[in-house]
Amino acid sequence: MRKVAVAGVGLVKVSEHWEKPIWGLFADAALQAVNDAGSDGVDSLYVGNMSGSLMQDQLNMGALMADALARPGLHAVRVEAGSASGGVAFHEAVKAVASGYSDCALVAGVEKMSDVLPEVAAKSLVMEEEQEYSAYTGVTRAGLSAMLHRLYMDLYSEPAEVGMMAVQSHENAVGCRHAQYPFRMSIERAMDSPMEADPIHMMECAGVGDGAAAVVLVPADAAGVEVAATAVATDYCSLAMRDDPLTLGAVMKAAEKAYRMADVKPGDIDLAEVHDDYTINGVLSLESLGLVDAGKAAKLVAEGGAARDGRIPTNTFGGLKARGNPLGATGVYQVAEVALQLRGSAGDHQVEGAEVGLAQNMGGMGSTCAVTILRRLAP
Amino acid sequence: MKTARQVGIVGYGAYVPIYRLEASEVNRVWGGVGVPVEEKSVVAPDEDTVTISVEAAKQAVKRSGIDPSEIGAVYVGTESKPYAVKPSGTIVAEAIGATPSVSTADYEFACKAGTEAMQNCIALVGSGMHRYAMAIGADTAQGRPADALEYTAACGGAAFIFAERGADTVAYLEASYSYVTDTPDFWRRSKEMYPRHGNRFTGEPAYFKHILGASKGLLEETGYNPEDFDYAVFHQPNTKFPIRVGRSLGFTMEQIDPGLLAPKIGNTYAGSTPVGLAATLDVAEPGAKIFAVSYGSGSGSDAFVFTVQEAITGKRGGPKLARFIERKKYVDYATYLRFRGQIIQ
Repeated sequence: MRKVAVAGVGLVKVSEHWEKPIWGLFADAALQAVNDAGSDGVDSLYVGNMSGSLMQDQLNMGALMADALARPGLHAVRVEAGSASGGVAFHEAVKAVASGYSDCALVAGVEKMSDVLPEVAAKSLVMEEEQEYSAYTGVTRAGLSAMLHRLYMDLYSEPAEVGMMAVQSHENAVGCRHAQYPFRMSIERAMDSPMEADPIHMMECAGVGDGAAAVVLVPADAAGVEVAATAVATDYCSLAMRDDPLTLGAVMKAAEKAYRMADVKPGDIDLAEVHDDYTINGVLSLESLGLVDAGKAAKLVAEGGAARDGRIPTNTFGGLKARGNPLGATGVYQVAEVALQLRGSAGDHQVEGAEVGLAQNMGGMGSTCAVTILRRLAP
Repeated sequence: MKTARQVGIVGYGAYVPIYRLEASEVNRVWGGVGVPVEEKSVVAPDEDTVTISVEAAKQAVKRSGIDPSEIGAVYVGTESKPYAVKPSGTIVAEAIGATPSVSTADYEFACKAGTEAMQNCIALVGSGMHRYAMAIGADTAQGRPADALEYTAACGGAAFIFAERGADTVAYLEASYSYVTDTPDFWRRSKEMYPRHGNRFTGEPAYFKHILGASKGLLEETGYNPEDFDYAVFHQPNTKFPIRVGRSLGFTMEQIDPGLLAPKIGNTYAGSTPVGLAATLDVAEPGAKIFAVSYGSGSGSDAFVFTVQEAITGKRGGPKLARFIERKKYVDYATYLRFRGQIIQ
């Protein structure tokens, strides 16, 4: 297989883009990435999108987005893997370039959530769960996460420690131009906010937003940012089927495979973008990735270990909580952000000396997970 | 927009029913958190848009000192007509003695219907077609139980009689501006009991875009800046929106506060900007300049610049709006449902 590099990135601010159709959001990010790469040789397009068929009644999104680029004839496909759609789309595009099938692949994640009412957005999230076993009970994704949150607190932690995951993400987002909520948030504000699903407070949940992110992939040469590894794994859809619900099996398996591919150990990771759609899921992700020991991640975050200068800088542009979580676009935001860090162009968010970065994107309650490791090549 | 001959308000009146439902009472029943207003006005079982309109209209006629039979037009702007087919305006016109030499109609443009009626009355008087024309904005708005609108959907109204500007007008119109697009943020289909809305879509692309559009248009047309005004009234669906839109334009709380009634009576829909304007006229001194902007879903805004005249001091007798707001009786949620006809024997 050929080595693959990230040649360009494009990021649209996560927001409520009332005036833009979904293809307009896509085109904004895609054209930024193509311009950034300085190449118009894109020969294949991978679109990460989770809920367009529900929120826009739109199928066949590969063709629609090729159309938006005025590129009829382009190889184009939509990838759907729940909230991991972006990460899995990236994975598929990497395979295309690595195999020699594609010489320049554009990966774009896009989601437009403001087209629907909150109850439809909530429905879309629970559509990631098994309909006949979990979703029909009426449980929400917040409710499922609340069960894990409760168990984690019973075993390991205090509420405010888990809540610090959101506080740290907001701290990291300050000044970020593509973040939905680039402001500081105190732990008191998080803990005083209304309950979304006890014990999860509203300010511990990622919001609803529209966004698009894109990267351009090409065969790697001697410089730039290399895709050191990309791996996808799955787990039982139902939490009830898992031996230990606090171990995200898909995250663990994808991470183990990625570490092997990249020939790195968790201790070699200089920064991580993790899937904190709810604070507890960010905490569990850090543990299942092997970056922090089981039961220790909330305490590490509360002690500043996830800060830019902490032991494992995490969600350096705000993560899902503060940068935003436009579902199928999220995984591509993460990869693009890691690429910016390794290029040394993260501005105020820069993790000094970062050489190896990881992005972890989950679908459902961790039933699908995509883990990507990027590495800075010697200039 | 300016009229061919100058137009002013020769008399005005406003009315808010006595009952109140506290927002905390809605939370008690539905388990909500946070409140968009403190409390809202509630109609008694024998009140509706027509009775509210008549109360306001009678006060306007009395304050104006004119012969009501000389009123050439009575227009009622509302989205809660008691009859689907049959004008509210005829009942009001009859009740105040304006019939039969009068034209009447009901206007519908969500919360902008009242100021739409004002624009038309201004045009009728400005063209010389009528000596006097009365515009009313009044509503008994509907909110589905547990919907965000249930906290705020309230009742009340105000009436304005327009005449050619003279020594007897309490305020004259300097200019107005209308700004409309097709923006479906809130609607109620025929035969539906409650309106539906697009949640946060009702904010930036709807309320804020249209109020800002009309406000900027009128400021540009008149050459005024926010600091040139003594008062500013904005459509008030809750407490937060009018303050935010006013401040973003450069108005201060001192300008906004006198006409800000939503915290105490809720959103009176087509009555909202009209009652805010009436409350402002209740306290304004001669020479004061008032900036008033409505918003109606669908969507659009009407913006007005009025300058208060000397005649105001002799023409605000009788109960002021503040008295209607202060005198109140609280009802619990069950009584509220009964008054609204949402539970029946």
